[in-house]
Amino acid sequence: MSETIRRRNADTKMVPVPSRSIIPERDLGKMPVLECQHLGIDFGGLTAVEDFNLVVGKTEIAGLIGPNGAGKTTVFNLLTKVYEPTRGSVMINGIDMHGMDTVAASRHGIARTFQNIRLFSNMSVEDNVRIGLHNQVRYGMPSGILRLPAYWKKEREQHEKAMELLSIFGMQDMGDMQAGSLPYGAQRRLEIVRALATNPSLLLLDEPAAGMNPHETQELMDNIIKIRDQFQIAVMLIEHDMNLVMGICEGICVLNYGKIIAKGTAEEIQRNPIVVEAYLGKQKDVGEKEGTEA
Amino acid sequence: MNAKRKKLIYNSVTFGIVILAYVLCSSLYGSMSRSLRGQLIPICCWIVMAVSLNLVVGISGELSLGHAGFMSLGAFSGIVVSGWMLNGFQMENEILRLVIAMAAGGLVAGIFGVLIGIPVLRLRGDYLAIVTLAFGEIIRNVMNCVYASVEGKRLVLGFLNPSLPGKLLLNGPNGAVSVGKIATFGAGFILILVTLTVVLNLINSRTGRAIMATRDNRIAAESVGINVTKYKMIAFVTAAVLAGMAGALYGLNYSTLIPGKFKFDQSINVLVFVVLGGIGNTLGSVISATVLTMLPELLREFSDYRMLVYALLLIAMMLITNTPASRAVLNNVKGMFRRRNLHQTVQATQGTGKEKGGRQP
Repeated sequence: MSETIRRRNADTKMVPVPSRSIIPERDLGKMPVLECQHLGIDFGGLTAVEDFNLVVGKTEIAGLIGPNGAGKTTVFNLLTKVYEPTRGSVMINGIDMHGMDTVAASRHGIARTFQNIRLFSNMSVEDNVRIGLHNQVRYGMPSGILRLPAYWKKEREQHEKAMELLSIFGMQDMGDMQAGSLPYGAQRRLEIVRALATNPSLLLLDEPAAGMNPHETQELMDNIIKIRDQFQIAVMLIEHDMNLVMGICEGICVLNYGKIIAKGTAEEIQRNPIVVEAYLGKQKDVGEKEGTEA
Repeated sequence: MNAKRKKLIYNSVTFGIVILAYVLCSSLYGSMSRSLRGQLIPICCWIVMAVSLNLVVGISGELSLGHAGFMSLGAFSGIVVSGWMLNGFQMENEILRLVIAMAAGGLVAGIFGVLIGIPVLRLRGDYLAIVTLAFGEIIRNVMNCVYASVEGKRLVLGFLNPSLPGKLLLNGPNGAVSVGKIATFGAGFILILVTLTVVLNLINSRTGRAIMATRDNRIAAESVGINVTKYKMIAFVTAAVLAGMAGALYGLNYSTLIPGKFKFDQSINVLVFVVLGGIGNTLGSVISATVLTMLPELLREFSDYRMLVYALLLIAMMLITNTPASRAVLNNVKGMFRRRNLHQTVQATQGTGKEKGGRQP
């Protein structure tokens, strides 16, 4: 773990709001990006998520962890409106998301990546990012067909923005490559770039480090912090790599059987006996990693 | 830059081939046989049909089997509007009439494209194909019941009612009679250029990328804020408009035209053009539409056996490419060539190749 991250973690203090909030101190005066209240969804008779309360601050990096099948991805799908919640409400930047669809959720500032990579694999890397810029750099279909000045101007703008975004991960030279032909780690990074291109205020990362080697994971951790600092956005991530979660997440929320069983900073979560029993205690190898962390 | 240059070269080649073909055809026009000369305008129409269907099938990734329906709508509305202009307003200028007729054909087909697209584009995959097929047939059956006539300057439309006043333009199942043949090869050529411009420029723009995004990964496209139904609709309606314009040109090339001309098998024909030319490949569509429209004419002597050979060819194709046994045979043949090459090189370098050229896999 790099020194900067370690220091950042030490600086971040828990805010004494016992009920639901794990907002870092610097975000206290600002409106939270995300506010979930009593969120729940049933699939037939199965309750996948129940009474999910969470507040994510404006520039917070939040972690969502839990054993397999705990409902983490379902929460992401609820936030991005893939599913309509059965109960409760979600507020994004103070706006109630009731009745919105995925497209509206994206326009209101929620961007996500997927657990199983979903790139436009037949298209070039640059085109993938340009598609992410779809609602940011706009021109109409007539200008496109008739090649009006707006087309040339906006295409150049798209190209510049795409290259700028790709350069975050040092991928600006891969613009012409086919997205599907990239190595696995690069595909994950491209998905993050594409999500960033939609100009989000909350970035949801579903297992961003899956399939990455320790070195790549380390780089990813630095990059997530860099993204947060540069774009001033909140990041929420699902991850099984405890090094990553404990290393960069300022607030961690533990989910088991669709319910939140603990919330707090990395240290608190590591000490929490319920978490250890429900999650870490069952998986010895993760528990060992825990030990080295602390 | 490299990808951009590739696109530019591809587009220039496509336009170049079309322009070259036009120049060749118009300079050889005098020495062409009568039947080939008659084929020129239909070829233009089928090229436009293939390119526009490729926009739906190749670019937006939805299998539409009702494309001939839009052609039919365009053809008959073009004929009616052309007849109305001639009989109602004494518009003798054929070029102007053709342009108006084609615009009307495109407009009507576009409107129906929107109407049909609203229910159809909620479906996916096979269901969408089935429903578009049904709509194609519905259009044909409805056209069988539509009557139109001109009385003075007024256009009278009738449904299941042949006794209309004035000069009859559209006579239900008997179709359009006494159509003025005003379509020209030049108009067909211009229509192809317009179609290519629209389709190729659309593909390489923000809209086109959004359409391809919905094809490649619907969920991801939605997650970055692309309205999937809207962009599928844009592709579908654009294709319908182009098909309608092609239909108008096609209809005004014949002296009579019946609705039965635009049956389901015409839609399949266009799909064959698209598939043979390569799904998503515009230049391929242009070439395959040309070749497949001309072939039956050129092989007229064999016309009795044409469908027989066609069917056998299709069955053979499916068997050869899909059964493991024939695949193994194909691979063996390929392997034999490869091994022979190896054999020769080994012989040349070592002089002991005979044992090595055996049948080991």
